[in-house]
Amino acid sequence: MATVDLLSGFIQELRAAGLPVSLTENLDAMEAVKHIPIEDRDAFKYALGATLVKNNAHWRAFETVFEVYFSLRGPQYQLRDDAEADEMWRDMQEALRQGEGKGAAGGSMDNLTPEELMLLLYQALMHGDDALMRALARQAVSRFAGMEPGRPVGGTYYLYRTLRNLDLDAMMEKLMEATRQQVGGELTQLEERLEHDEYESRIEKFKKEIEAEIRRRLVADRGAEAMAKTLRKPLPEDVDFMHASRDEMLQLRKALHPLTRKLAARLARKRRHGRKGPLDFRSTVRHSLSYGGVPAEPKFKYPRPAKPELMVVADISGSVAAFARFTLHLVYAIQNQFSKVRSFVFIDGIDEVTEYFKGIDDISEAVHRVNTEADVVWVDGHSDYGHAFEVFWERWGKDVGPKTTVLLLGDARNNYHASQSWVVKEMRQKARHVYWLNPEPRSYWNTGDSIVGEYGVHTDGVYECRNLRQLEGFVEKLA
Amino acid sequence: MTYRFEDVPSVRDGLKSVNYLADDGISGVVFLADRLQKPILVEGPAGTGKTQLAKSVAEMSGARLIRLQCYEGLDESKALYEWNYKKQLLRIQADRSSDGWSELHDDIFSDEFLLTRPLLEAITAEEPVVLLIDEVDRVEIETEALLLEILSDYQVSIPELGTVTATQIPLVFLTSNNTRELSEALKRRCLYLHVDYPDMEREKEIVLTKVPDISDNLADQIARIVRSIRQLELKKAPSVSETLDWARTLVLLGIEHIEAQQAKETLHILLKYQSDIAKAAKELAVEARQ
Repeated sequence: MATVDLLSGFIQELRAAGLPVSLTENLDAMEAVKHIPIEDRDAFKYALGATLVKNNAHWRAFETVFEVYFSLRGPQYQLRDDAEADEMWRDMQEALRQGEGKGAAGGSMDNLTPEELMLLLYQALMHGDDALMRALARQAVSRFAGMEPGRPVGGTYYLYRTLRNLDLDAMMEKLMEATRQQVGGELTQLEERLEHDEYESRIEKFKKEIEAEIRRRLVADRGAEAMAKTLRKPLPEDVDFMHASRDEMLQLRKALHPLTRKLAARLARKRRHGRKGPLDFRSTVRHSLSYGGVPAEPKFKYPRPAKPELMVVADISGSVAAFARFTLHLVYAIQNQFSKVRSFVFIDGIDEVTEYFKGIDDISEAVHRVNTEADVVWVDGHSDYGHAFEVFWERWGKDVGPKTTVLLLGDARNNYHASQSWVVKEMRQKARHVYWLNPEPRSYWNTGDSIVGEYGVHTDGVYECRNLRQLEGFVEKLA
Repeated sequence: MTYRFEDVPSVRDGLKSVNYLADDGISGVVFLADRLQKPILVEGPAGTGKTQLAKSVAEMSGARLIRLQCYEGLDESKALYEWNYKKQLLRIQADRSSDGWSELHDDIFSDEFLLTRPLLEAITAEEPVVLLIDEVDRVEIETEALLLEILSDYQVSIPELGTVTATQIPLVFLTSNNTRELSEALKRRCLYLHVDYPDMEREKEIVLTKVPDISDNLADQIARIVRSIRQLELKKAPSVSETLDWARTLVLLGIEHIEAQQAKETLHILLKYQSDIAKAAKELAVEARQ
């Protein structure tokens, strides 16, 4: 049966994209589709989703693969209903002509001038007309994307070309302007905001239509397997900090919040349910008095795992800035697991930023202030670990004590400055632990101007932290 | 084998008749759970109607709802079954004179002395039941194992009695607020449903059905404002139940059209953190006077 083949290909692709799909889940999916007709695309999608995706963070990846594999199936999504769109367009035209008293060119949508097309889009967005929007997305793609069969370009290129021609930002302005005029000039700020959000969501919907349309055409051209491969994206927890696109960054930040919540809950639980402590001799003897001196009831010490004091020293220059941001965010989100957290940031100069996090509810705002306000440039604004460490040791070295755990964050790309690794060595002698977290892949370490090895020998361990998964693992170990 | 539901639309209509507005995803998964006889694991932010879904399904299909509220430290004797020790003791004392030991032993470990707890009750029930295992993420990961047998095979093994198998297959809902990752074993046995905040249209519908005497215009405005607020980066986004509270408040205050000032004054019903309230007020209203 064709569906079975299709499904097994689909599931293979899901696994390739990193989703953990087990054999039983696979069988469940096969069973589920028996009860749902493939023509009902939405129901079909939810049926597969319910059986195969057990983590909401993976839903996006699932959706992409689903689009690719099933976008050409289901009657209403086929390419051929241009005729229907034309008919709708004629109706629409009727209405326009009556409204404005001016005749536009009759016939199919393809004959429209760009101005008329824009006018139509404007109408569609104004009234939130979904069907018209879909038809227009189709028209816009065939007109502006310039797709050629067999051309080895990704979907993003076509998307960019289409959107550039449509100039949706100007459209937004126009829509807002029109709304203002409708109510007679003045909108209150609240109304303005609401209208703005409304149009934004419509435009977003329109963009999605365009994207889907491009994808459909690409799949028709190249086949599902090849397409799925080019669209394959890492799951949020596997996205590389150093090479994340803006969109991925946004996803990462969204993923960070539930992750910190989970981590905090887990750590608190671990602390409460820790094993019993060692025998409390004094208490046992004291209680033995009530049994006539026989220590019948042994008493144990209440476990008091020490809360470490944490000092985070982070490089926030260009490429590693995102990594530093995420680590600071994570550390402060679980700061009640530590007795004290202090943070320092540097590029070639170093500055303490603990103050920014004091008494603030919103960690992301504090992190933002760190990036904009901290005084971290000394000479030229290129990373100089040696100088930064030296200054750190001189000014705050006395605060490092036997309870302190020091976290050094950075790629140790020192621009060939002096390493001053003696600082790290002395730091380790005074501190409880010194760890180094490096956002670069391990294979890049100690290549070029990276001198992580030189610092690393003096620390208690250098850890690769390229994505949220690794970062979470490390932080859990720490607390 | 008889099924509870005809097809997906009938599930949606049924839910609607008991005032629960389901979207395609929700009704589809409920339908599927019935057909595949699998439990549903419902996850999502607090206050989006996860528990309500189970209640509504029970109400619409006329089944009895059995609820197991999970908490830390939940164990077998609270979830599955327990022997009624007091009664057993009384039985032993009652005829101390007669009977051999083996006879007595068989007697005190029989149905009569078994106290059923929610899980066992759900599978021994004669009539159709909906089993709701609420906030399953609150139990420890070891306790989850308790649930596995009942979730996959709909049976409970009691060492002294043997295996109790379900007379009818209950429809099982597990809800989770996602405070921790559930074990793979548990997830594998369930269908997964993520209930998110509803989109604007659906939220408006919900407000209209749940709040009596509200005008269409006001509901529309409420849904729009809530959508805008959810787009901000907040500590806790307003849930559906908070939206409903807000709507009721506005109706009580006799407000027909929300002005910035009124929105600002009633924001504390939607948002529960001072920093969130300040942020939302700034974004929505105060800027107007700049």
